[in-house]
Amino acid sequence: MSLEIYLDLFSQPCRSVYIFAKKNNIQFDYKKISLFEGYQYSEEYGKINLLRKAPAIKDGDFCLAESVAIMLYLAEKFHTPDHWYPADLQKRARVNEYLSWQHSAIRIHASKMLWFKLLIPKALGVEIPKEKMDNAIEDLNASLNIFEEKFLQDRPFIVGDQISLADLVAIVEIMQPVGAGMDVFENSPKLKAWKDRVRAEIGAELFDEAHQAIIYAQEAVKTMDPKKMEHFKPKILKYFLS
Amino acid sequence: MAGRQAVKVYLDLVSQACRAVLIFLKDNKIPHMVENTAIRKAQQKTPEFTKLNPMQKLPVLEDNGFVLTESDAILKYLATAYNVPDHWYPKLPQKRARVDEYTAWNHANMRTHISFIFLQEVLLPFMGQPTNPEKLKKVLADLDGTLDKLENMFLKNQAFLCGDDISLADLLAVCELMQPMCSQRDVLKDRPKLLSWRSQVQSALSDSFDEAHSVVYQIREVHG
Repeated sequence: MSLEIYLDLFSQPCRSVYIFAKKNNIQFDYKKISLFEGYQYSEEYGKINLLRKAPAIKDGDFCLAESVAIMLYLAEKFHTPDHWYPADLQKRARVNEYLSWQHSAIRIHASKMLWFKLLIPKALGVEIPKEKMDNAIEDLNASLNIFEEKFLQDRPFIVGDQISLADLVAIVEIMQPVGAGMDVFENSPKLKAWKDRVRAEIGAELFDEAHQAIIYAQEAVKTMDPKKMEHFKPKILKYFLS
Repeated sequence: MAGRQAVKVYLDLVSQACRAVLIFLKDNKIPHMVENTAIRKAQQKTPEFTKLNPMQKLPVLEDNGFVLTESDAILKYLATAYNVPDHWYPKLPQKRARVDEYTAWNHANMRTHISFIFLQEVLLPFMGQPTNPEKLKKVLADLDGTLDKLENMFLKNQAFLCGDDISLADLLAVCELMQPMCSQRDVLKDRPKLLSWRSQVQSALSDSFDEAHSVVYQIREVHG
């Protein structure tokens, strides 16, 4: 019975699942997919995940979507070290609290920056109006502020002395704007120190490997075939600019 | 967990997430005290409340000094701390994963669209502020797509979203889908499968459902 994990490492939630599985030596069949090429809309992928997003897993006959659900499932199934998703009720609640909040906050604002600063102008050839850009930056800064003041505070990691799924999900999101050349860490020593700790805990090699697509995003965009992006250009523009 | 002190919850029943928490507490007979915090009076923005929750959002749970925000986290915490019937948040990993899948997906899909519709059709008119009919049309279309997924990916041929029994997923979803009723909009009216599901959920929750939704019914009366 093999575990298949469908991933495109350009996507933040795919990176968190990839890092989690690799870090915990979970054996899996790595199914590399390309979101830019629209694989998620294929009939084949529809059998895995009707929500047509990545990541997704297929464990025997059991298919599961949503990175948070996937990592909780893998943590349980493979009995990963407690600190990832503590059994202690209140610590676990703190992890869940972050995992819940981030959906409508950091996830949206951080990923938007990559679209606004890189993908839409360079791959789709459309400039973002100044007001929209300014608002997006403001939203991201507001989220990062809440992250530092409410979730991190003076602790080494979100839930305490050890890394958890909360830190993992946070780091992959906050790395997304870096792909557009926007280093959000340089403005905050606290955030930078936390990032360094998280990267060290994950292992620099694994962290950097998972983030290759982001680190080289500006280069990659130069070689992107605009024709391949045509099919979802209207959808993207409608979603971000309407 | 007999003998522990009642939990305190800060709620405004105009909020979908707050209703889900209240229904859960009542349905499971979990001892609790409600601190009504009126959003329309900006009570979640007072210095006192901000100290409790810097994000100035509701619901907030306080369990003997432990303060917790985010309805997902609160519901999962209560389900475990109070040993409620397993169907709410099953212990079996594959069953639990289905509930986690829904609670994650709910944020950017149901909640986002539903909150926008509420803003455009109830809040902004109430405050005498201009609305955005173009964007509302687009969001209603997005919601339609989301409801397709709710029906085809989650519900399928099951009685409830994650299986044969009601779970946290149904609770969160039904509270979201009741929100547009405030502006007399039944987003499920052309969807017999989802209408039947909603009926089942309401039946399962009976009194606690209606109690929690009294504010929605009131706003609906006044609206239009």
